[in-house]
Amino acid sequence: MVTAVDLARARRVAAAVLDPELPVLTLADLGVLRAVVPDADGGVLVTITPTYSGCPAMDTMRADLVSDLAAAGFDRVRVRTVLSPAWTTDWITEDGRRKLAEYGVAPPGPAPRHSGPVPLTLAPPTPTVRCPHCGSTDTELLSQFGATACKALRRCRSCVEPFEHFKEL
Amino acid sequence: MSFDNAYESLLGDNDETHWAYGTGFADPLSDVDRAVPAGVAPADLARYCLMLGDDALVAAQRLAEWCSWAPELEEDVALANIALDLLGQARLLYARAAEVDPSVRPSIAPAHVPDEDALAYFRDELDFRNVRLAEIDTGPGPAGDFAMTIGRLLVFASWRLALFVRLADSVDPVLAAIAAKGVKELTYHRDHAAQWTVRLGDGTAESARRMRAGLAAIWPLVPELCRPHPVELRLAECGAGVDPSAVVTELDGVLDQVFAAAGVARPDVPAMAGVSGRTGRDGVHTTAFGYLLAELQHIARSHPEAVW
Repeated sequence: MVTAVDLARARRVAAAVLDPELPVLTLADLGVLRAVVPDADGGVLVTITPTYSGCPAMDTMRADLVSDLAAAGFDRVRVRTVLSPAWTTDWITEDGRRKLAEYGVAPPGPAPRHSGPVPLTLAPPTPTVRCPHCGSTDTELLSQFGATACKALRRCRSCVEPFEHFKEL
Repeated sequence: MSFDNAYESLLGDNDETHWAYGTGFADPLSDVDRAVPAGVAPADLARYCLMLGDDALVAAQRLAEWCSWAPELEEDVALANIALDLLGQARLLYARAAEVDPSVRPSIAPAHVPDEDALAYFRDELDFRNVRLAEIDTGPGPAGDFAMTIGRLLVFASWRLALFVRLADSVDPVLAAIAAKGVKELTYHRDHAAQWTVRLGDGTAESARRMRAGLAAIWPLVPELCRPHPVELRLAECGAGVDPSAVVTELDGVLDQVFAAAGVARPDVPAMAGVSGRTGRDGVHTTAFGYLLAELQHIARSHPEAVW
């Protein structure tokens, strides 16, 4: 049986696990940690949600959660993955956004919302993205796709440094 | 269970199967009600999931062939990213297919192989139900070029997005969740292809020529996309699936918008016939598909006991 005190501790441990691809963010910062609840077998059940359908980091997140919780004394841990409701960058916490910017990754703006048919976008989007190095908003898109599924590549016209931008999803 | 290194839990003495080619999802959607809804035939639901999963797996394999061959490094990354999203969709759909009807799992797959991998690696050509548009060789290599690849991606992503927007309302909560997730991804797949179509069609004389030729080359396989298979009709009837003929108007509207901006005409090319009317959804494929499957499957089939 997991006591309320143990459960609160398990939540703290799980929330502090770092994202394998952006190791300045915790799973809680990223908004992928959905729940930590008592499991039927007396252990702990952790629920996470993938950022993208093909996110290759899920297996590592699962392993890191099991490992960190085991180190904190939780021997029976199950990690399950849920798809619904689908993850959105709007779930990245304020703290997470600040950490991203400090790490050199421009945080996402508000995610687009649609109902009904999705409108076609024939020109690359032109959001105002602030350079995480010098703070200028005079930045340009280099590529909508970057080193991981969640990031675009941009360049600052002011300080001329390239940087990554966490795409709105 | 305790590990000095987190990654040890991926290896060695635990209850995970360590087949070399994939880890499988233990319970990808366990928070969703996984029971098959009343009025939906499990065998049909499984076959429908295979159709949509095969479309994604095969399209992903074709896109991945471009990695290191695209016109610029950013495009290698873009096409690989899109392929990864589609592969993720295929995994979820395969897992659902095997869950609702275990008989879809090919009997030659060794028992330790996860369902999703058994379906990807151990089925033969006739068992695949993808539309033929997904499988044709659009390059790299002499069969096509980047413009033809973009033309295929534009049509494929526009069609799949129109289907998935509707599928997000499926009475099957698992399919609905997969579709809602997929809509976000397919939106930028379609936009990426549309933006390239405009850039090539409205670019130099040579890029415009190639864009027109690429679209003409894939066009014979476009009508098949919206021709419903009996399984699709039955699934649409019970509210679990989408009748693809219902997306014709939306698909045409999107493509016409892109073609107008790109300054290219809609191709006027007749449809490729099936074999006695049978096409990809019936397991009838083009010559190119056997070669694609051989490359996709031969390592797993040659070393089915490999573990790591």
